[in-house]
Order: sequence, then structure tokens, then C-alpha cells
Amino acid sequence: MKARDWLGVLPFVGMLGGIPFVNQVEPYVLGMPFVLFWIVLWVVLTSVIMAIVNRLDPATREEENNG
Amino acid sequence: MNIALIIIFAVLLLAIYSGIRAQKGKDMNMEQWSVGGRGFGSIFIFLLVAGEIYTTFTFLGGSGWAYSKGAPSYYVLSYIALAYVISYWLLPPIWRYAKQHRLVSQSDFFVSKYNSPILGILVAAVGVIAIIPYLVLQFKGLGIIVSEASYGSITPAAAVWIGVIGVTIYVMISGIHGSAWTAAIKDILIFFVVVFMGLYLPYHYYGGIQPMFEAVESANPGFLKFPDEGLSVSWYISTVLITVFGFYMWPHTFGSVFSAKNANVFRKNTVMLPLYTIMLLFVFFVGFTAILQVPGLKGADGDLSLLRLSLQTFDPWIVGVIGAAGLLTALVPGSMLLMTAATLLAKNVYKVMAPDASEMRIARVAKLLVPVISLISLYFTLSGGDTLVTLLLMGYSLVTQLFPALLFSLRPQPWVNKYGAFAGILAGVLMVAYVTVSKVTIATVFPDWPAAIKDLNVGVVALLVNILVMFGVTLVTRIIFVPSRQTATSEGSSTI
Repeated sequence: MKARDWLGVLPFVGMLGGIPFVNQVEPYVLGMPFVLFWIVLWVVLTSVIMAIVNRLDPATREEENNG
Repeated sequence: MNIALIIIFAVLLLAIYSGIRAQKGKDMNMEQWSVGGRGFGSIFIFLLVAGEIYTTFTFLGGSGWAYSKGAPSYYVLSYIALAYVISYWLLPPIWRYAKQHRLVSQSDFFVSKYNSPILGILVAAVGVIAIIPYLVLQFKGLGIIVSEASYGSITPAAAVWIGVIGVTIYVMISGIHGSAWTAAIKDILIFFVVVFMGLYLPYHYYGGIQPMFEAVESANPGFLKFPDEGLSVSWYISTVLITVFGFYMWPHTFGSVFSAKNANVFRKNTVMLPLYTIMLLFVFFVGFTAILQVPGLKGADGDLSLLRLSLQTFDPWIVGVIGAAGLLTALVPGSMLLMTAATLLAKNVYKVMAPDASEMRIARVAKLLVPVISLISLYFTLSGGDTLVTLLLMGYSLVTQLFPALLFSLRPQPWVNKYGAFAGILAGVLMVAYVTVSKVTIATVFPDWPAAIKDLNVGVVALLVNILVMFGVTLVTRIIFVPSRQTATSEGSSTI
């Protein structure tokens, strides 16, 4: 596994591993209970992480050129 | 007939019309009908994959769970986003192999990888059995929407019949092309409807999202975080994992992977799709708003919360638009599910039994199976009473059992053989069936164990049994069969 593949583990760590530590209602962030905000935050971070993975992956560009 | 119903039926007709238009000028052979000639680019694949996610389950079940269970409903948001992460690495090799071998169905993949048509029959059977509760879920939702939007003048049973007939005709005529076009209309409509409702309702009743949550929290303390027991954090983690592994094991999702133009389509989609799941947030807002505004919906009736709240709040024409969006969320996935189940049965079961049947004949059998599967699902829809989420989770634990055998087939030198794959899948599925029928949970078997273990999704246990059997049987069959091969090679060459 390359370093960029390990990036794919991060969303799991944040969204699943983090929950026992943030399972609380307060403080409200953006109007949401904290645990819900945490999950939403990680959904957004997942997109960011996958954008980085796409950027780093040479396969993406190769297949682009091949059509 | 009220204005709400007129809007809903107009949209149904439009969907059928666009489905019929979409297949014009194309020779509808098996490859066109089921995988769109493998020519779909990013946007269509996006819509097909997203189209299967934003189903009636999201619309009614998501709000229904927020309404009746609270925080545990958040699991939906997590599993969908995480499933896309896995897809980045999982789908390109599947797509490449499928294209190389001209595969049409999920079962084909197992048949080809493990070189075993019998394994293909098992995989097809698991797929079709899992699809039935999923279809029931769509039909049930369809019935709820049409009957609620008619302000009670159409019974749920009659509504289900109307919807099922519509879907069946639609699938038989247009196959996957119709689904992709209707998915486009559906996604635009549902996006606006959900965002509008999710923002308007909390502001209308509470003056904002945070005041809404605060009101819910003060009426039901602890409702907005995971409970210590039952649907606890350990339930959440194990359920998300099970559903993430199962996500692409649905035969219709697996099949839609084949319709992509190239492997890059999936990689690009992993960036946008997680963001798209945020739409679910607005569905939750509606469910939470309904708690104090339409109290008293118990059990399966929780799924009605979104529509009941709409009826109480909006003019009939808005109810019609909401209902129409809901109808499409049932129509698109419903058509994909029907088509896939029919393809599996025709190609991977019927064809194995009747090897001489021509391509033409297989395609005709597939189309004729569509109404049969519709009727079976219709029967269960009209007889059962489970909530939408329960139905979905049951299907998921079934299809997840295909994951280990798939995963270990991806390497050029597979770690498991066909015997192991077959026995593992069978053991896992039997375990799920036993658990579903007998309603056993880890908590009922080991009442004294800590909650962290007791609350684990039972699907985890089935998956462990599956993997153990898979490796065990592989090992044993290797020991039995290998000695004869070893003598053959040692006679043939002296090297090594």
C-alpha cells in the first residue's frame, strides 16, 4: 500500500473511531448537536481527502489520456 | 381527485414517457438493456449510483428513524460517505475485469473468477432474496406517498398496485436507459424538495435549526446522542461497517458499475458523492421537527412523519410536488432492482439449467420475469409490517455475505478456492436467516456481557462465521485435492 492509499483509512478513523469521544449534545455547532456536527464535518473531510487522493494518483491521469 | 394527486400522476406519466423515449434508436440486446452498452460517463454513473441511494428509504425511512430513534439515524450519513471511500479502490479492478470478460451481472463475476457456474447460482439466489425486501421497501414507500397525498381517498393497497404496475411496464420497455434519464429528473427534484423542507419546517415551527434541536432535547433528554445501551456507539460502528461492506454487494449496484465508460469515472465520483450525502441532513431535520409537531406515530408509522408534517403545513400543490419527488425515489431504484433480479435469474440460473438457450431467448425470459418478481414483492408489501429501516438492514446483512469471497478474488492468485467461497457465503447467509427468523441478538445469548459487545450488529457475527468457514473449507479442500496435482507437477518437471 502506497502512502496515498493510507489516506483512505482516515475517514474511517474520524467517523467511526472518533464517535465514542464526541457522543454528546452540547456544544451545538452550526445549530447541530455536537455528535451530528462531528459526523457532518467528517463527511466534508472525506470529500477533501478523496480529492487529494485523486490528485496524487497517477492512474487518474493515465486513463484520462486513454479516453 | 385533488391537485396533489394530479401532480403525482403527471410526473409518473412523464417518467414513463422519458423512459420509453430513452431506448429509441437502440438495439435492446442484453448488453444494452442491462448495462447500457458500457457507455455511461461520470454524470450518468453518478446519477445511477446516487439514484440508488436516495430512495424512498432516504426520504421516508431517514426522517422516520430520526423521528422515532433519534441519534442512531445518523448512521445513514456515515455509511454512505465511507462506502464511496472504499469504491475508489474496489470498483476499478471490478470494472476492468468485467469489461475484459464482457460480464453483464454480478453473478457472472463470481462464475468467471472462481470458474464455477454453481457458485453463480448461489450468488444470484442471495442477490434476488436480498432484493425482495429492498423492493418491498420501495413499494411500501410508494403506497404511503400516494395514499397520504390523496388525503386518504386512495387506500395504501390501491396506491401500491398503481405504482407497481407503472414500474413494471417501465422496466420491461426501457431497461437501464430509462432509469438513468428518470434518475436525472428525480435528483434535481428531490434536491430542491429536501433542502426546502429541511430548512423551512424548523424555521416555521421553531424559528431555527438549533431552537428545534433544543426543544427536542428538553422534551426527550439524551435523544440526540447515541444511547448507552441498545442502538449504542458500538451498534453504530458495527452497523456502519456491515453496510459499507455490503454497499457494492447489491447486485444492482454491482451491475451499474459495469455500465461505466472507464474506470476513472468511479475515482472522480468519490470526490463529489460524499458531499452529496449531506442532503440527508435536511431529511433528518424534517424528522426531528415532526417529533413535537405530529406526536404519537408508533413503530412502522414513524415512516409517515415526513408526509404527515407536510400535510399539516403546506398547500395541496406543494404536497403534490413532495409526493412526486417521493414517487420518483421509489420508481428509479425499484426499476433497477427489478431489472437486476430478472437478469440474474435469466442469465445465471435459467441459462445454467438450459445451456442451449439463445441470447434472444435469455433476454425474453428476463423481461418475462419482471412482472413475476413484481408480484412476489407486492405480496410481501401487502402482508408485512416492518419499518423501512428494518427491511433495509435485513437486505444489507444478506448481501454483505458476498463481500469476503469477492475481496479475496481480486488478487491474481486468489487465496480461497470455489469450495471455500461457496461454503462461506452459504454459512453466512444461513446465519443471517436464522438470526432474522429467531430474532436472536448477542444480548439474548450472552446477557451478562458488556454492552459494547452485546450491541454489536449480528451481521458481524455472520460475517466472522462466513470468513472462518471460507478459509477452513479452502484449507481442507486444498489438502484433499492438492496431493494429486503435486505428483503430477513433480513428474512433469524437475525444477523446484
